[in-house]
Amino acid sequence: MEKDQDKILNEVTQGEYKYGFVTDIENESIAKGLNEDVVRLISQKKNEPEFMLESRLKAFRYWQTMKMPEWAHLKIPEINYQDIIYYSAPKQKVTLESMDDVDPDLKATFDKLGIPLDEQKMMSGVAVDAVMDSVSVKTTFKESLAELGIIFCSFSEAVQEHPDLVKKYMGSVVPYTDNYFAALNSAVFSDGSFCFIPKGVRCPMELSTYFRINAANTGQFERTLIVAEDDAYVSYLEGCTAPQRDENQLHAAIVEIVAAKNAEVKYSTVQNWYPGDKNGKGGIYNFVTKRGKCAGNNSKISWTQVETGSAVTWKYPSCILLGDNSVGEFYSVAVTNNHQQADTGSKMIHIGKNTKSIIVSKGISAGVSQNSYRGLVKVVKNATNARNFSQCDSLLLGDKCGAHTFPYIEVDNKDAVVEHEATTSKIGEDQIFYCNQRGIKTEDAIGLIVNGYAKEVLNKLPMEFAVEAQKLLAISLEGSVG
Amino acid sequence: MLSIKNLHANIEGKEILKGIDFEVKAGEVHAIMGPNGSGKSTLASVLAGREIFEVTEGKVDYFEKDLLEMTPEERASEGIFLGFQYPIEIPGVSMVNFMKTAVNQQRKHKGLEPMSSSDFLKLMREKKDLVELDAALASRSVNEGFSGGEKKRNEIFQMAMLEPKLSILDETDSGLDIDALRIVANGVNKLKSKDNATIVITHYQRLLDYIVPDFVHVLYNGRIIKSGGKELALELEEKGYDWLKKGVDL
Ligand SMILES: Nc1ncnc2c1ncn2[C@@H]1O[C@H](COP(=O)(O)OP(=O)(O)OP(=O)(O)O)[C@@H](O)[C@H]1O
Ligand SMILES: [Mg+2]
Repeated sequence: MEKDQDKILNEVTQGEYKYGFVTDIENESIAKGLNEDVVRLISQKKNEPEFMLESRLKAFRYWQTMKMPEWAHLKIPEINYQDIIYYSAPKQKVTLESMDDVDPDLKATFDKLGIPLDEQKMMSGVAVDAVMDSVSVKTTFKESLAELGIIFCSFSEAVQEHPDLVKKYMGSVVPYTDNYFAALNSAVFSDGSFCFIPKGVRCPMELSTYFRINAANTGQFERTLIVAEDDAYVSYLEGCTAPQRDENQLHAAIVEIVAAKNAEVKYSTVQNWYPGDKNGKGGIYNFVTKRGKCAGNNSKISWTQVETGSAVTWKYPSCILLGDNSVGEFYSVAVTNNHQQADTGSKMIHIGKNTKSIIVSKGISAGVSQNSYRGLVKVVKNATNARNFSQCDSLLLGDKCGAHTFPYIEVDNKDAVVEHEATTSKIGEDQIFYCNQRGIKTEDAIGLIVNGYAKEVLNKLPMEFAVEAQKLLAISLEGSVG
Repeated sequence: MLSIKNLHANIEGKEILKGIDFEVKAGEVHAIMGPNGSGKSTLASVLAGREIFEVTEGKVDYFEKDLLEMTPEERASEGIFLGFQYPIEIPGVSMVNFMKTAVNQQRKHKGLEPMSSSDFLKLMREKKDLVELDAALASRSVNEGFSGGEKKRNEIFQMAMLEPKLSILDETDSGLDIDALRIVANGVNKLKSKDNATIVITHYQRLLDYIVPDFVHVLYNGRIIKSGGKELALELEEKGYDWLKKGVDL
């Protein structure tokens, strides 16, 4: 860990957005714009069964009746939904048998991203589903997982091969009526990942999906569905990057998790969508609905996120604690620099008895960015003995940025114990000078301090991703002081 | 190694250093004494390159280089170490990680490979023993929750780790109990060689029984008003500063 940190810190100086390359792959796209025909076309391109088309159309019609929400602390220019391409796929066969079948350009892209698609990295034991623009490209390790009864594949494939499971669980945690972007996603989503862990199975490796937006003017609307049956366990990681483009690109995803009795799901995200340039030009609009349902008794869902990218982030990974004794966790580091805006936090809905939740949110703001924590802890009447602890810390670099905390607490049960702590701190000139005096450069001093501050969250990430995340933190704050 | 000529420095427009001259050669120990607020810590900070102080006049040469042109981290890597009067807490950053980053960045500056983890830990252990630093402290966050004396001892530990050429110890003796004082002084003496030099800032003659200075300077109101040998410290202990202040224009 220590050694990796040194390496990371040394890399800080080469800070520009590293993932901002565009891959020159032929894409099959449909025309810009959105109407019922486009929704039908997407469904048709994907050769979907009738129930999927129906559900898309229902969502689309509902979406048309809705208005884009407004937020107090996010400034978003109007989005022209007719100016977006809703389906774009790298032109190639989607089902691949081995790595040799993967388009070399595409493979090079994933290599650049450091995605462990190649054999050597497969040895490290991470199963990967890579989603480029809208289509899932390759799922590694499928066979060995299948032996355990684990299904890990693209969402489209799940629709074809496991329609019953999709029908049963899709929309069961995030219905299309949930919010504006959930409705939009439910209408036009093109792909994503599907993961099913059967009863009693502990998934022996990390499952991982990488999302990348490549084509210009493309919206990415992916859907992830994770189901853990009784006594099952899985740890899942999602990584995101996008090329550097002047115009803003829209990303509106849905992630749904279902945990049955005694099941545990860990979901980790390292989000590094293109944040726009120093002047706030370009960048991804990231509107994501992530929610987990602890459906069974003693189930547990943990969200861990490291958010460094996107021009605008709007995201509240949440847990519905339905089962008795179920546990919800949310660990977050959100960094905003330059003109980035983030409004992120969590919702913990306590319904079952003896349910517990913990929220640890670490915001880091630099430049002229705005970083808000928005969280809801709700305890319903019958949720006796519910416990929540929330810790929201803000770290400011410089005095032109903003940090805001909006904790909402709704408690309808007298036994509930809900605790909220918040702190705000600054990196002091004296701390930087102290580091400088020992020979540590300012950038590296900030890297050290920031990683120290975020340690509690970073420690929750799987080891190899913790290193990546540390690196990202340092890089995204490059040039933010002095 | 160090030559200071007519050094003036301001903070927030207020002149604190009003023309300092002195010279330090390899192998020497200099003591700087003087009443509270006379500018001792300011001088130390200016030598270390703290940017909140503005140098308005004067020249400082360090091994034939213009010290004032160098960044604080360059000065550190070139062998200047400041033991802080009030060491800074850095929550969340472990001493191990902090020192490792410092050691390796200094090595990098000198064109050396980073130290391996095992060599580094060995070095930590060795230096920790030298200043009898509690092992538990080394695994905690930098200075966070350290007692006053522990912080001072930690400064000497860092000095031992970094093996500087010129150490400036700003009241490292204050807040130390008698045993700790001896240990810290021993640490400093063990690190002394004919190639490096030490500037100790202190209010107490007591420290100078352990770290015997070659020169003693009295800083008063931004100027050195008297310099002498180690006997000057004894004289100050006995008489205070008043006799020196007479005849000095304020
Ligand atoms: N950051 C600052 N802002 C304003 N004034 C300052 C600052 N730092 C130091 N000073 C002033 O500069 C003068 C010299 O302070 P300095 O700390 O150098 O004194 P010192 O000789 O080290 O005193 P002591 O023996 O108490 O440590 C004092 O009047 C002090 O108030
Ligand atoms: Mg002082």
